[in-house]
Amino acid sequence: MDLARIRNFSIIAHIDHGKSTLSDRILELTNAVEKRDMRSQYLDTMDLERERGITIKAQNVRVDWKGFTLHLIDTPGHVDFGYEVSRSLAACEGVVLVVDAAQGIEAQTLANCYLALEHNLEIVAALNKIDLPAADPDRYAQEIETVLGIPAADILRISAKTGDGVDGLLDAICERIPAPKGDPDAPLQALIFDSQYDQYRGVVSSVRVMNGRLNSKSKLLFMQAGTPQDPIEVGVRRPVPTPVDELGPGEVGYLIAGIKEVAQARSGETVTTFHGGSSEALHGYSDPKPMVFCGLFPIDGDDFELMRESLEKLKLNDASITYAPESSGALGFGFRCGFLGLLHMEIVKERLEREFNLALIATAPSVEYRVHRTNGVVELCDNPADLPQPQSIDYIEEPYFRVSIITPKEYTGTLMDLCQTRRGDMTKLEYLSPERVELHYLLPLAEVVVDFFDQMKSRTQGYASLDYELNGYQRSNLVKVDLLLNGIPADAFSTIVHRDKAFAYGNRMCEKLKELIPRQMFDVPIQAAIGGKVIARETVKAKRKDVLAKCYGGDITRKRKLLEKQKEGKKKMKSIGRVEIPGDVFISALKLDD
Amino acid sequence: MSEPFGVYLHIPFCAARCGYCAFATWTDRHHLQAQYLDALQRDILRSALPPVTSVFVGGGTPTLVDAAALIEVVRAIPTTDGAEVTIECNPDDVTLEMMHIYRAGGVNRVSLGVQSMVGHVLQSLERTHVPSNVVRAVTAIKQAGIPTFNLDLIYGGAGESLADWRTTLEQAIDLGPSHISAYALTIEAGTPLAAKPELHPDDDDLADKYELADDLLAAVGLVNYEVSNWAVPGHECRHNMLYWQQGDYRGFGSAAHSHAHGRRFWNLRTPERYIEAVDAGESTEAAGEDLDAETRRMEGLQLALRMSDGVPVEALPIDELEGLVVTDGVRVRLTRTGRLLANEVSLRLR
Repeated sequence: MDLARIRNFSIIAHIDHGKSTLSDRILELTNAVEKRDMRSQYLDTMDLERERGITIKAQNVRVDWKGFTLHLIDTPGHVDFGYEVSRSLAACEGVVLVVDAAQGIEAQTLANCYLALEHNLEIVAALNKIDLPAADPDRYAQEIETVLGIPAADILRISAKTGDGVDGLLDAICERIPAPKGDPDAPLQALIFDSQYDQYRGVVSSVRVMNGRLNSKSKLLFMQAGTPQDPIEVGVRRPVPTPVDELGPGEVGYLIAGIKEVAQARSGETVTTFHGGSSEALHGYSDPKPMVFCGLFPIDGDDFELMRESLEKLKLNDASITYAPESSGALGFGFRCGFLGLLHMEIVKERLEREFNLALIATAPSVEYRVHRTNGVVELCDNPADLPQPQSIDYIEEPYFRVSIITPKEYTGTLMDLCQTRRGDMTKLEYLSPERVELHYLLPLAEVVVDFFDQMKSRTQGYASLDYELNGYQRSNLVKVDLLLNGIPADAFSTIVHRDKAFAYGNRMCEKLKELIPRQMFDVPIQAAIGGKVIARETVKAKRKDVLAKCYGGDITRKRKLLEKQKEGKKKMKSIGRVEIPGDVFISALKLDD
Repeated sequence: MSEPFGVYLHIPFCAARCGYCAFATWTDRHHLQAQYLDALQRDILRSALPPVTSVFVGGGTPTLVDAAALIEVVRAIPTTDGAEVTIECNPDDVTLEMMHIYRAGGVNRVSLGVQSMVGHVLQSLERTHVPSNVVRAVTAIKQAGIPTFNLDLIYGGAGESLADWRTTLEQAIDLGPSHISAYALTIEAGTPLAAKPELHPDDDDLADKYELADDLLAAVGLVNYEVSNWAVPGHECRHNMLYWQQGDYRGFGSAAHSHAHGRRFWNLRTPERYIEAVDAGESTEAAGEDLDAETRRMEGLQLALRMSDGVPVEALPIDELEGLVVTDGVRVRLTRTGRLLANEVSLRLR
């Protein structure tokens, strides 16, 4: 194929700014999909993607436009999947930036644009939704010029919904985005930028050929994994998967090689030929590490094995999940799981519940701490229950995020207040336009994972947007707060918090548990403690009355049934020492505060 | 002496329904009274009862129906010598004449629905009587020569202070009853009270009032013999003991329960349908249950546990129940704290 006639691009857009709708219009305009086969959000294949309006897995599609071959590479739309985005961008020469003409650019979009600029990609900017009455394209074009240096005059104005301006956008893609470069006769170098597990075909990887030719005949080598693979099929998505003889430089398509789990064909992998292949892997491969951890426990203890199988299956398609069996005195047997971020955590939990029919309890999210022991050993700890005794700890470091928030300026105060209470350090405040501000903070990850996003949204009526990236570890004055029921630690409630917040946290949890724990036959002290030192205390007073007043002829059957019911209820209780607690108490207590 | 056997007569008529009441009773069917009493009598006669050791006429409001007609029905029941014959009475309705009729008809025990001796508490319970009616009624009972009477009390009505409850107890004691039943106000599903959570009693307050009752009643020789019942020894209600000792009894009238040889059954719920069934010569039974040996054994323990004689020592894990039970090595009995938590203890019966 003539490289000069190929254009590879991704669409960068904030959630709801219209990326999926634009993809749909492009498929229609280029006749890739017959009108009668068209469905909304064509490229979002998972139910969850459609429901949440986000793209979780990258897709790619080949379309034809006025003699050009265009590869549209659909990227995940959430910051949790930043690494996946960077791999998708590595397969492109340009991006289409889509910004809602009524809302302006958002923090993650901006971050992804910077990422595109780092990759030396051409940016074709378009203001979408110009059909909306609230659209103010002039204002937001000016804003894009200010923050990204793209001349306002070059910014296209489209409506993906009505199709207005979309043909112009396709023309601009062909005119402005450079053709790919590559040597068809050099040894093969192909980049895997996404892999998905298909239960019939095994792993299907999206690939971009950089140099050489990829066909289904030559034995392959996956360079980072170090494994030889026999290709079964090479093809392109139009969007219906269509086998081809080979993919040359600049071309984007898919590769099937009989691989059983995506961990063997991760994003960023370089594929070459086994014989006479390239000696050099492509740059930019990394192994994204989980940043957020929580315990997931089946509510029904009998579901433990089912849960293990379910996690194994999910792992086939999502190499970034980690899990290890964990047992909790309060919650029984479950798994300690690691996720790329909070959304990723939610999605995995939801998929387990939905696709595998599990009912789960999630413990409060945690991060991975570096614990420096007094004996000089440094340990990683992602589970408060595993934190060593305070006297054996020299100090603890915690991961920090560099966070940027873009907000209408009237919410600056409330957001600064939020970041302040979350132990944030402001590094910069800049005006993107007279109305909009970008705040830069360093924030402990642990403070971000606990409902920071929801707080930010509710304080700004949903107008603020957030982007973050890891910014190393910092030493912090952290302590583990344990909760004891009748003197026995309830491990599910242990949390690592900053010392200044320990007292408030302990008080709040004690009060909450006092409300939730039913009265027992004896007084139940609820204590919050750091090491052996109690910092807060409440008491659930002993139950004094549980008796039927009347028990005459007509009451006897009823009384017996009542007692049988009470007995059944007791069986469903979880016990911590002698204290019996209904399962839903844990769920309610672990729910984040409003 | 033969095995005890009791008869319960249900009178399903009331002048007004109290907000807490979940009994089968009606306020708009007074026109059925004569027919109903007639059906009761025929139902009794066709049942060819053996002589019974106790009769209990309850309701509803037995004093709402014609006293002579009611006694006609009671007399249809064959009784043993010394049988206990009780009628529940509403203080508003009691007259000396009525008590004379009852006495002449063999009634030897009256259970008076006092509930409270404090005006504002009676109002919150939606009772129609005033405390002075109670005093008048007791005088009539005594004058008519009815040898023993019970006062029914309820604690935990909305607005009742501990002092109000003490007043009720002291005034009740002053009336010289040989038996007192004191019930914690219980919220029954479907009653008007159930829909008003702001009027519901607090468990700690109920526990305080229970303890106060037990203190004051014990001090005058009324001994607790069942969770909610106190009596001068020898004056325990024999009819109620039948229920608690799994004895046999037969209920007549709408919604009345019967128990015989491990089978429990209950009658049609409305007076109309009860009358119809008797008229048609059919059974008045609505439904029933057969108790298997294990259910019967457990039920026996659950009932026995509520009584002062308790259960056999092997029926409970005594070590887990410190403060709630005492034992003499043969029987285990609830302490006062244990009586208040009888359900919890019951769950551990084995």
